[in-house]
Amino acid sequence: MTKRASHTGGLQISETAKARLKKRYRAEKRFRFFGIAAICCGALALLTLLTTVFSSGTSAFFRTELSVDVEMSSESLGIDLPLTEEALQSGKYKKALRTSFYAQFPGVSQRRDKRALAKMLSAGAALQLQAWLSENPDKFGETASVWVLAASDIDQIHKGNAPRDIEEKRRKVTDQQLAWYDTLVEQGRVRTTFNWAFFSNGDSRSPELAGIGSAIMGSFYALLVCFLLSFPLGVAAAIYLEEFAPKNRLTDIIEANINNLAAVPSIIFGLMGLAIILNVFGLPRGTPLVGGVVLSLMTLPTIIIACRASIKAVPPSIRQAALAMGASPVQTVLHHVLPLAMPGTLTGTIVGLAQALGETAPLLMIGMVAFVVSVPGSPLDPSAALPVQVYLWAESAERGFVEKTAAAIMVILAFLVVMNLIAVILRARFERKW
Amino acid sequence: MNSQTEILSIGSNMAKISAQNVNVYYGEKQALHDVSIDIHANQVTALIGPSGCGKSTFLRCLNRMNDVIEGCTLNGSIYIDGSDIYSPSMDVVYLRERVGMVFQKPNPFPKSIYDNVAYGPRIHGLAEDKTRCDEIVVTSLQKAGLFDEVKDRLNEPGTGLSGGQQQRLCIARTIAVNPDVILMDEPCSALDPIATAKIEDLMWELKANYTIVIVTHSMQQAARVSQHTGFFHMGNLVEMGETEQIFQNPGEQRTRDYITGRFG
Repeated sequence: MTKRASHTGGLQISETAKARLKKRYRAEKRFRFFGIAAICCGALALLTLLTTVFSSGTSAFFRTELSVDVEMSSESLGIDLPLTEEALQSGKYKKALRTSFYAQFPGVSQRRDKRALAKMLSAGAALQLQAWLSENPDKFGETASVWVLAASDIDQIHKGNAPRDIEEKRRKVTDQQLAWYDTLVEQGRVRTTFNWAFFSNGDSRSPELAGIGSAIMGSFYALLVCFLLSFPLGVAAAIYLEEFAPKNRLTDIIEANINNLAAVPSIIFGLMGLAIILNVFGLPRGTPLVGGVVLSLMTLPTIIIACRASIKAVPPSIRQAALAMGASPVQTVLHHVLPLAMPGTLTGTIVGLAQALGETAPLLMIGMVAFVVSVPGSPLDPSAALPVQVYLWAESAERGFVEKTAAAIMVILAFLVVMNLIAVILRARFERKW
Repeated sequence: MNSQTEILSIGSNMAKISAQNVNVYYGEKQALHDVSIDIHANQVTALIGPSGCGKSTFLRCLNRMNDVIEGCTLNGSIYIDGSDIYSPSMDVVYLRERVGMVFQKPNPFPKSIYDNVAYGPRIHGLAEDKTRCDEIVVTSLQKAGLFDEVKDRLNEPGTGLSGGQQQRLCIARTIAVNPDVILMDEPCSALDPIATAKIEDLMWELKANYTIVIVTHSMQQAARVSQHTGFFHMGNLVEMGETEQIFQNPGEQRTRDYITGRFG
């Protein structure tokens, strides 16, 4: 009281109050600094991750091709006119390609050198030549310049991913091969094109031929199965539990177990899939169908929890209004509660599916980890999945797979971005209605 | 549905709604003690009383909205037009079509103004085609005195209207299914005096066609709009009579105390 009395003006602040204020401002400043620092740390970590992935993965979307003047005659290919499908199939493209390639380097005559030279071409080069000929049958009998894939080691040198100024025995490309490569570059016989095959090919032992087509389709089918199973089941379960189920001990137990289910380590779902879906029901091993079923076990609790939370958030006055209008309980839910709960449910579903997209462990257990060359045509064909493909490539020894691994991660990230975008668009659409 | 219409129309010379010895329990707690009331057709009946006296509970018995409250049980019987609405043969959906309800807080559906009004006719099969539906929507909005204010924006969300307009939209929604009885649970407690006056005027007009039961905390409102008034206290119906008599010459001491503001 005495302090107050000593104030002359209304807003004068005493010394102790000033000190207290100063302390408070300092505390606020400190708090804000911590917040900004936390965000900066997170942003820095994300930036590092993205830079690493992008800098090492971008080159996988391009491939190196060499131009070879191939003599496509009856004697070199071992086939005759007319060029039927059968005749095209039986051609000796590998031999023709190699012979023509050797001819480009007049100094090469020894067996050992020839072998080293042949190693600069990809294992898939002969198939490329065959495809080229079936597209350009009029070139039969001529010598044409054909672009074929370079082997992975040359590809890596050309992209600058592999160092060339280290000791010869420490790199996979010999000095001789490097000299040949430089000659080819000088002659303008080396080019870089966009690697469309990366998206359509299955896995391969040769990095330059390996693609994520099988993994993309496998993941797509698995997520489709997962969505078709878990979304209707999850929404139905959430509606029943939230709107119709009596509140008793049984529903309490069910609720607790749904929450527990969401926290179960994913590999246990994989084990369950192996023990029950594969061994008891005998569904085909390593297929997106089984993968989707196992993933849906993981997604289900996420969807149920999200849907229940959204249903709970619908104001009770809406339910009362509908019931008082003479709507039946089912009409009340379907006409009023569910549409209002949909945006939240969809967001939860997409979050669940995004988790499922990145899930690896359960897929390892059910055999979706095999080396799959073919692209699956249905959920019943064996296939890889995107995260499993990353895992498989990451443990491959060859340098060519490093960029493939990073590129596969980029594809997964792109999928996640697209899925979240869909979630945002769906939300906006549903919300515009009311 | 036809047979039920017949059941409901038997004995139209009796009171519209007749409750006999109604006891309501929320779990162990008894909320209504032996309430017996007769409510007359084409009149406004007001239920007044202090908070927690059971007047809203009684109102919600009349369209069985208490059914959705867990642990709520009722014994006694309530007849509307002579048929027992708690008999096992009574379909709750049909009952609520006949007995509409307006709530304390305006609760339009988060849909367009048009869809709000058209919802009831649609689910009850009253609107066979688009023209009939349009007709019902327009007449209902006109009866609720809202049409002129919203005729240019029938497709805009009902939740974008002001509080008073929202409440009149809820009334339009209720009368769109052409009920016999309209229950109003403190319909003006969330509204300003001007909006309240509009709703009260509306009640005067509506009572020509509907039987209205209103729960209100405002004794002035009860005096203004109702012909009959019932006073509830501690779950008992203390007194019921013509509004004028209740307000000017109450028979019970408790009624007198409440009306003169000694408690409540």
